[in-house]
Amino acid sequence: MTGNATQFQNDADRLTSDLTHRQRIQSAMTKYYAARYPRQAIFRDWQEGRQTAAETKWAGINELDKHLAEFEKNAVSRGTSVHWTSTSEQARQVIVDIIRRHNAQRIVKSKVMTSEEIHLNQLLESLGFEVVESDLGEYIQQLKNEPPYHFVFPCMHLSREEISDLFENHLGTAQTHDPEALTMIARDVLRKKYIEADIGITGANFIVAETGMISITENEGNARLTAALPRVMITLVGIEKILPRLADLALFLPMLATAGTGQPLTCYNTMYGGPRQPGEVDGPEEWHVVFLDNNRTTLLADPEQRDALHCIRCGACLNVCPIFKNVGGFSYGTTYQGPIGSVITPHLRGLQDWKHLSSASSLCGACTETCPVKIDLHHHLLHNRRNAVAEKPGRLESLLWQGFTFLMKRPWLYQTGLRVGRLLQPLHGLVKGDILDPARAWTKSRELPEIAPVSFRDYWKNRPLVSAGDRKGGPP
Amino acid sequence: MTERDKIFSRIRDALKTASPKPGSHHLGHHPTAQQPDSLTAARTAASGARDWLPSVGHTEAEWITLFTKNSFDLRTSVIVAADAGAAHRQLRALSEAEGWARVATHGHGIAAGASAALGLNQINTDGGYDVHALERCDAGISGCDALIAQTGSILLTTRSGGGRALSVLPPHHVVIARLDQMVPDLPSAYELLHHTYGPAQWPSMITIITGPSRTGDIERILVLGAHGPKKLTVILY
Repeated sequence: MTGNATQFQNDADRLTSDLTHRQRIQSAMTKYYAARYPRQAIFRDWQEGRQTAAETKWAGINELDKHLAEFEKNAVSRGTSVHWTSTSEQARQVIVDIIRRHNAQRIVKSKVMTSEEIHLNQLLESLGFEVVESDLGEYIQQLKNEPPYHFVFPCMHLSREEISDLFENHLGTAQTHDPEALTMIARDVLRKKYIEADIGITGANFIVAETGMISITENEGNARLTAALPRVMITLVGIEKILPRLADLALFLPMLATAGTGQPLTCYNTMYGGPRQPGEVDGPEEWHVVFLDNNRTTLLADPEQRDALHCIRCGACLNVCPIFKNVGGFSYGTTYQGPIGSVITPHLRGLQDWKHLSSASSLCGACTETCPVKIDLHHHLLHNRRNAVAEKPGRLESLLWQGFTFLMKRPWLYQTGLRVGRLLQPLHGLVKGDILDPARAWTKSRELPEIAPVSFRDYWKNRPLVSAGDRKGGPP
Repeated sequence: MTERDKIFSRIRDALKTASPKPGSHHLGHHPTAQQPDSLTAARTAASGARDWLPSVGHTEAEWITLFTKNSFDLRTSVIVAADAGAAHRQLRALSEAEGWARVATHGHGIAAGASAALGLNQINTDGGYDVHALERCDAGISGCDALIAQTGSILLTTRSGGGRALSVLPPHHVVIARLDQMVPDLPSAYELLHHTYGPAQWPSMITIITGPSRTGDIERILVLGAHGPKKLTVILY
């Protein structure tokens, strides 16, 4: 087992039996379900909406080169700089170069999941820049020195008491357990940061080819301020966020809001099409769009799972996943948690290192059913399992199958095994679930069925002989 | 070979094998669903979005009612005034109730007129502005491109909204709009944008504002005014 798999199993074990943790997730998810399903019901036809959304993303992704070139042409015509990066390392370098060229010191960021992917904050901090996350949840996670717990709800695992302690320790503010007062503390601190910042870094939810724009979805207004006040704006975005046309947003924005948080629309859906234009009064002097591949083209090259690139990162598959609800966000050890993370991480970071996530599934299909762009998530988990074994057959597993075949081909051995097993089974109770138990992974939380006192074969051999007339009662 | 060329060549190699149409088994069961024969056909499927989105009614009166109802749910205040004079009086009443000392506005016809009628200290963002001064304003008063009944939203750009910051930095954003700026749904809002700005006059920022700034990051409990305005008021006439 790889280190990642061991970490996953240990964390999952620990958190599944942590009732406070499970109760926190349950409480957050109950609020999500209560908001989402009535909102979804208001759509005249949610299912046809999903189909249209899936086809639109399919059209975008299957002509990705054409649409990216169209975006670039349109964006550049309004003075935008477009950068192309294949790896995390290249993306980090491009961003550091822009910051250095402007002699910038202070950086404010709105939510950018791709920057978690390339570990941007750690690098910028190590180079001595001040980097501040401005999304409330991300800010809390930054103070806590933890990655986001859930890629839509970054600090859903924390209580208001823990957040109050955190603010007291880092900002010296008085204790308060009022969510509004806590939010206002962050608002005051961060207002100063937007005004002072030299550079604003944002992500993007969509790239619109037709008009050379990006679209950012948010509730707090932090992305709008990040894109309004600093003199340089940098947008880091994965190449797969493409939409062919501006009007496609008329469907995608309400679907993302409904599936993500159960809102009709999130508070601010903002499309940016360039740096400050002639005649405009504010906005950055320069806008840099940094496109990141980071193995997205590896996933693109797999037609079977290509639809995983349709993902709009609404997080709905996490919210309905029985595994996520038990093991929580950190156990995954990935930037993207839950079913979508389990599907794409093996493509982005190596199948053998991350294949274990595809086994952490009950294959119930709740993720596929909830996905607003119809990604076939639970089948992709099976595809990953198949591909992992095809690429590198497990030695223990093939040994087990060989042993099983040997046994099943020799009835006398099977019979003897049963008899010995029947004698030894009472002794299993002595080691059940502990380190000496060969089957402990299964038996530590489950009971093995008892071996029947008489096998069917023995019963049949010794059955009482009945005459044809006595048959109607059936076997005793 | 540049990094751009490498990425594009990887994409083109990857796309040599087509991927199956999503959920194709599902097509054809709905009377208005079209089976796309090609990517071009699939692209036009988005124009069907209107049929799947929430209902909006057919008349302007229904749209205004829906806008008002959605605004109430979002905690946006909507004030419908009889004419421009009444709208100015409503704005003045709001200013007095909240004790505004300074406001920010821009040279947009009806927003500037209403702000001037207040007789307060004013920042006009049109000629550029000091960000600290804008931050100290009690309200930002702007126009907009349209109001969207379907979602209770305000469609605003750098041109109709006085730049990027006026509508998001002050703690109270007031939008002055005419009733005939109401559009029924999101697809019409995008049609309007194309009509107003396309294909070559796009502003650098277009935003759809749906309620005052909010967050649910702490225990999923709603708090207004996370970073943007705590209050949003639409005065319509």
